[in-house]
Amino acid sequence: MATKLQLLNVRKSFGALTVCRDISLTVDQGQMVCLIGASGSGKSTLLRCCNLLEPVDDGQILLDGADITDPEIDPVPIRQRIGMVFQSYNLFPHMTVIENVLLAPRRVFRQSREQLRDGAETLLRRFGLGDRMTHYPDQLSGGQQQRAAIVRALAMKPEIMLFDEITSALDPELVGEVLDAVRELKSEGMTMIMATHEMGFAREAADKVCFLDKGTIVEEAAPEAIFSAPARERTREFLRRVL
Amino acid sequence: MGTIVEQESPAGDGVASPPRPNRTRRAIRERRMRRRSLAIAAFSTAAVAAALVLLVPMAPGWDKVRTVFFNWEVMAKTFPKLLSAFTVDIMIFAWSAPIIAVWGLVIALFRDARSPALFPLRLFAIAYNDIFRGVPVILVIYLIGFGVPGLGLPRPWNSPYLWGTVALVLSYSAYVAEVYRTGIDSIHESQRSAAKSLGLTQADIMRYVILPQAIRRVIPANMNNFISLQKDVALLSFIGPIEVLRQAGVQKSLLANFTPYLGAAIIFLAVTIPATRLADHLIARQNRARS
Ligand SMILES: Nc1ncnc2c1ncn2[C@@H]1O[C@H](COP(=O)(O)OP(=O)(O)O)[C@@H](O)[C@H]1O
Ligand SMILES: [Mg+2]
Repeated sequence: MATKLQLLNVRKSFGALTVCRDISLTVDQGQMVCLIGASGSGKSTLLRCCNLLEPVDDGQILLDGADITDPEIDPVPIRQRIGMVFQSYNLFPHMTVIENVLLAPRRVFRQSREQLRDGAETLLRRFGLGDRMTHYPDQLSGGQQQRAAIVRALAMKPEIMLFDEITSALDPELVGEVLDAVRELKSEGMTMIMATHEMGFAREAADKVCFLDKGTIVEEAAPEAIFSAPARERTREFLRRVL
Repeated sequence: MGTIVEQESPAGDGVASPPRPNRTRRAIRERRMRRRSLAIAAFSTAAVAAALVLLVPMAPGWDKVRTVFFNWEVMAKTFPKLLSAFTVDIMIFAWSAPIIAVWGLVIALFRDARSPALFPLRLFAIAYNDIFRGVPVILVIYLIGFGVPGLGLPRPWNSPYLWGTVALVLSYSAYVAEVYRTGIDSIHESQRSAAKSLGLTQADIMRYVILPQAIRRVIPANMNNFISLQKDVALLSFIGPIEVLRQAGVQKSLLANFTPYLGAAIIFLAVTIPATRLADHLIARQNRARS
């Protein structure tokens, strides 16, 4: 498999607080990598570095082999190739679902609503939002909002998707429908990195699981290995607490 | 889900139970309290009003004040003239307000400009806001309204309407810009993150994501600015335009009576009180929606 995204000794601090310490990680084309770890361990920051929402302090991130952390390059076209979904959905509350989905393609691809509408509607229908397209975000359930946020990111035809605890804000009965959407993407071969507290899902769907603690990847392994026979004591301790 | 079942519904779930005829003791007590406070408020208001009506006329100068300030004959004679002069106030307001809304937004955007290349704009906006919020509106009107026409410019360019408007626009845009800026700052950072992650440019993020939300959020606060503007249009009377305050002054001199000023006040109140109530209502509704 070709390497899609590669992190080399990525370091990131906020003031005196080092949040990512020399993180190296390889994500192959079509792979699904899950990041697990206690809250505050740096999962969100790592994901935000991957699409340049946060500038890294040191190290490199290679997308298809090209360094995207070069301070000289414009982050905007890079972000267009990397989709991201957030814990709190972050839909634009003043726009309907379909307008949320169409905004970025309209502005970036310079196409009209009419040209883009069919594609957007097909995508929304596929994720079960066919009858919610003209609703505003506050008229939707959490699960529907999160699926709309996924569709909004997919409408940019990203090469990689980053998911940051996308089910953590949901009522338990709504978690399943959002995870189903991720499963669907995986079956299509989307490359994904997902920070999650859903250990069952990570075990079932991930190709690789990374356990983060205090800004370092303590252990990186296939899900079976990490969940049934963790090599490190810190991993064992964390899993004991959450499982 | 409720845990206390008040009444068994024979038809099962989904059937609303009929309203209960007996009020709870708490409801009865609250109703009694409400009635009592209403009665107290009515009584005390009536007492104060009666005291004013009875006592004020006993003041030694009352008769004189009444003929000079509350003269109904003068009022009847001058009120139509005041009303027609007020159309000038409305006109000046009507063309100033949109310019202020737009120029204020431009200043707010300059002020928020982040890129180093735009630093001069940012500096300009900061200085602009400091100056025009720090100087009384009337001073700006004097300086511009008398100063610029003093340059001896030809006909349309010496109009006090023009330079009066410019003075109002300069002053009020500074206030309006600050309100826009609070609106822009109030939009949560996560909206920006989401928009960035989609690959939108800074300009598009501002235009399509931040501003539509921010402007809507500060409509009530800006309404208060525009209510002040409507009142401050009267300040232009000092540099020439015959608007309502100026007309009241003219009538005062003609009739040697201050009642026209009362008429002007009534006209202003007829506009500003409903507008203020509307703004308060919008603010209250927004606070409720956010909590
Ligand atoms: N913008 C920021 N400024 C300062 N500190 C931050 C910022 N973002 C995250 N942090 C800190 O970095 C640490 C890691 O946070 P985060 O990446 O959100 O972890 P996780 O997603 O695993 O919970 C936390 O201590 C958090 O307080
Ligand atoms: Mg997080």
